[in-house]
Amino acid sequence: MDTILPILAGAIFASGIYLLLRKGLILTIIGIILISNSVNLALFSLGRISTENPPLIAAGSAIPEAPFANPLPQALILTAIVIGFGLLAFALAMAYRSYKELGTIDQDSLLEDAEDTSAAIINKTENKED
Amino acid sequence: MLTVVGLIFIVALIAPWIYRVLQDKAGWVLALVPFSSFLYLASFFPEIAAGGSITQSVTWVSMDLFEVNLAFYLDGLSLMFGLIITGIGTFIVLYGSGYLANHAYLPRFFTAVLLFMGSMLGVVLADNLISIFVFWELTSFTSYLLIGFNHEQESSRKAALQALLVTGIGGLALLGGMVLMGFASGAWEVSTLLNEGDIIREHPHYLAILLLVLGGAFTKSAQFPFHFWLPGAMAAPTPVSAYLHSATMVKAGVYLLARFHPVLGFTDTWMMLVGGFGVVTLLISAWLSLSFTDLKQILAYSTVMALGTMMMLIGLGTELAMQGLAVYVLSHAMYKGALFMVAGGIDHEAGTRDVLKLGGLRSLMPISAIAAMIAALSMAGIPPLFGFIAKELVYEAALGANFWAVGFITLAVLANIAIVSASLIVAIRPFYGPKTETPKKAHEAPFLMWIGPLTLAVLSALFGLLPFIVDSKLMVPVASAVWGSELDFYLSLWHGINLPLILSVVTAAAGVGVYFIWDSIRESAPMKVYQMIFARFPVQVYESLVNGMLNLAGFQTRVLQNGLMSNYLITIMVAAIAAVGYTFFTKSGVIFNPDVSEVQIHEWAIAFGIVISLGVMLFFTHSRLTMVVAAGIIGFGLALIYLMHGAADLAMTQVLVETLTVILVVLVLIHIPKMKESRSILYNSRDAIVAIAMGTLMTLLIFAVTAVPFDAFISEFYADASYPLAHGRNIVNVILVDFRALDTMGEVVVVAIAGLAVYALIKMTRAGAEKDVKK
Repeated sequence: MDTILPILAGAIFASGIYLLLRKGLILTIIGIILISNSVNLALFSLGRISTENPPLIAAGSAIPEAPFANPLPQALILTAIVIGFGLLAFALAMAYRSYKELGTIDQDSLLEDAEDTSAAIINKTENKED
Repeated sequence: MLTVVGLIFIVALIAPWIYRVLQDKAGWVLALVPFSSFLYLASFFPEIAAGGSITQSVTWVSMDLFEVNLAFYLDGLSLMFGLIITGIGTFIVLYGSGYLANHAYLPRFFTAVLLFMGSMLGVVLADNLISIFVFWELTSFTSYLLIGFNHEQESSRKAALQALLVTGIGGLALLGGMVLMGFASGAWEVSTLLNEGDIIREHPHYLAILLLVLGGAFTKSAQFPFHFWLPGAMAAPTPVSAYLHSATMVKAGVYLLARFHPVLGFTDTWMMLVGGFGVVTLLISAWLSLSFTDLKQILAYSTVMALGTMMMLIGLGTELAMQGLAVYVLSHAMYKGALFMVAGGIDHEAGTRDVLKLGGLRSLMPISAIAAMIAALSMAGIPPLFGFIAKELVYEAALGANFWAVGFITLAVLANIAIVSASLIVAIRPFYGPKTETPKKAHEAPFLMWIGPLTLAVLSALFGLLPFIVDSKLMVPVASAVWGSELDFYLSLWHGINLPLILSVVTAAAGVGVYFIWDSIRESAPMKVYQMIFARFPVQVYESLVNGMLNLAGFQTRVLQNGLMSNYLITIMVAAIAAVGYTFFTKSGVIFNPDVSEVQIHEWAIAFGIVISLGVMLFFTHSRLTMVVAAGIIGFGLALIYLMHGAADLAMTQVLVETLTVILVVLVLIHIPKMKESRSILYNSRDAIVAIAMGTLMTLLIFAVTAVPFDAFISEFYADASYPLAHGRNIVNVILVDFRALDTMGEVVVVAIAGLAVYALIKMTRAGAEKDVKK
């Protein structure tokens, strides 16, 4: 399995990046999901895959019985999964908010809207100064 | 000496409060600061006159490579400069409080001018190379404040920025030169370096050191082709011009080269560069001064001429030149300070500085007229004034030059002819002839404003008539310091009839002649062209450089910061592919030997499922719901992979999070209608290429890393320590909540903040926000 994991990670990563570069925010967000998954997978295979035994210590023993899976990447990935979820929730909320405020989630037209908005803000402050 | 410099800085900072308490008497009190510093420095006279020098040192920054000490070194050269800075500084504070009386920014002037004075004093007194540089840059910054004093005017701001940029860039060159010099000799103190001249001169980096130091000195002292910032800086109020351009700022470059003459000088490169630039500057600027009618511009170009003369003398590098330098610096400081202050007085009282609009002020401003006449005659080099002795020595030094002597003396005489007529213009035009209507009704300047010029003018006469007052006490130590070893000489007005005297007579006669035809020379076409080439063109070059830089910045901002996120991402990724890929392929080479013989059937099934999901997502569906489901399948596939390889915790978390993710995305999808992905095939293929390159890179990197033997040191530590130290049997959990508990807490905080943000984004409405604003 350790020979096909790197290829899988690369394939998911590439698909994630392609989606990240789309202009609809929803596709971008799905891209982010894929990218975090592929990076987790990459971390996992970098920690070497050797055994099916989880890194647990049997009752009555002070150290785990070899062989056992490398616990370090597991700890890292566990953190990454949770943080990735936080990021995803935030990105989704942003997309939702953008749509409610601006009526679109197309990044190209968001850019135009942003320019219009900042121009409007500048006009507003200038008027106030007058 | 640290106390003196520090005191000036401290008083500078509290000057506005002193002004608030004392109002118009503040000038008198603040002038006590430079005056007492003057007295303090003067107290070292006996020791310096006896050929001694004083060092004081406080450690400031101590490092392995070198030490930066707040060290001070006083010898003849720094004593003379220190006395000029504090002496003229005293008059400038008084003069400024008269000139700017009732000006809203007078307190600001006091602060800036005292800060500048402290920095300038630091430059000439500092012993350590790095501290010289620090004070040097401080003079640039504080002069920026002074030149831009009338900050409401755009011209002032531009002039200030121009001075800052030109001298600031020079300052950077100087830093490079100083650091090279320090490392070349191992000595960071001027007092030690002065004996290390041979080491520096023979060092392979000598040329680099020399060019960098000259870059600093030539920009600061306005040598051609950097001379343009000095006349531009005339936008400053006159007290500032009088101070910066007679006694201080622009002399810093002269001081620097004089200081390092024993270290860097005596080589052909030095002599030709310093002497050459000096003599070119002196000739060009002397005649430029005749192309203007603004008193301050005339004086500004004559100042550039004087700086050129000083550079030439330093470049000549003979004993006579050193004597000439000492006398010339002192006499120039006195007459130029006086003339600038008089010019400011005329401007202040009559309302204009244009000599064509001035005339007959002698009876209205008698004291100013006397001061101007004495100072101008000193500038013209007429006996019995101190300037005469200076000019005689310049001629003698030029005649005695070891190289290009004919060239030096010819150019010097030609330049001095122009300066004689410039002196006459300044001294005669405003004060004699028929009275003219001036914008303001002129009357004598207040006491505060004529005491300075008059004192300086009288001193010019006194030192000229009785040169023994200064020669052995000050001039000899100065010249010795620049020369690098003891010199012995005395000054006198009368040398008998010799070539310099004859040249002086010729110069004076020709100068008077030029004065009488000045109006036609000034208006002639060649003079206009001359002015355009040497006065306006350098400014235009400078401006187009600055504008070019701004345009470049604007261009790269438009290209790099165009607001499209996908462009930013592409830029980052291409850079990453290039950098990582290049290092990867050159350093490790590609390792790619997937051995699929041991892959079992259920593993193939999972991999297959993931790949099919990806395929469906990218190629076979436009339905966002299908895509989310496919992403979910990939996530569950990963959970299975984790489960099969001993990562039960991961699998559990992955399943939970993946489920939540799908639910969350679908919830949001309900609210956002579908949009069309309408980008050109070009865009799509560009993105596809970048994506495939990134994916391939990742795969190859993992293969390369896993081909290296595994070092399980950290993992084994956790496994061994988990139960004995933390009493936990699930090692992954122990790492998270015990060994790396702080990280986990950070993670919890991040998730909590994300949760708050999500809540805010969903609950907050624009109407609500506007209501809050109204409250």
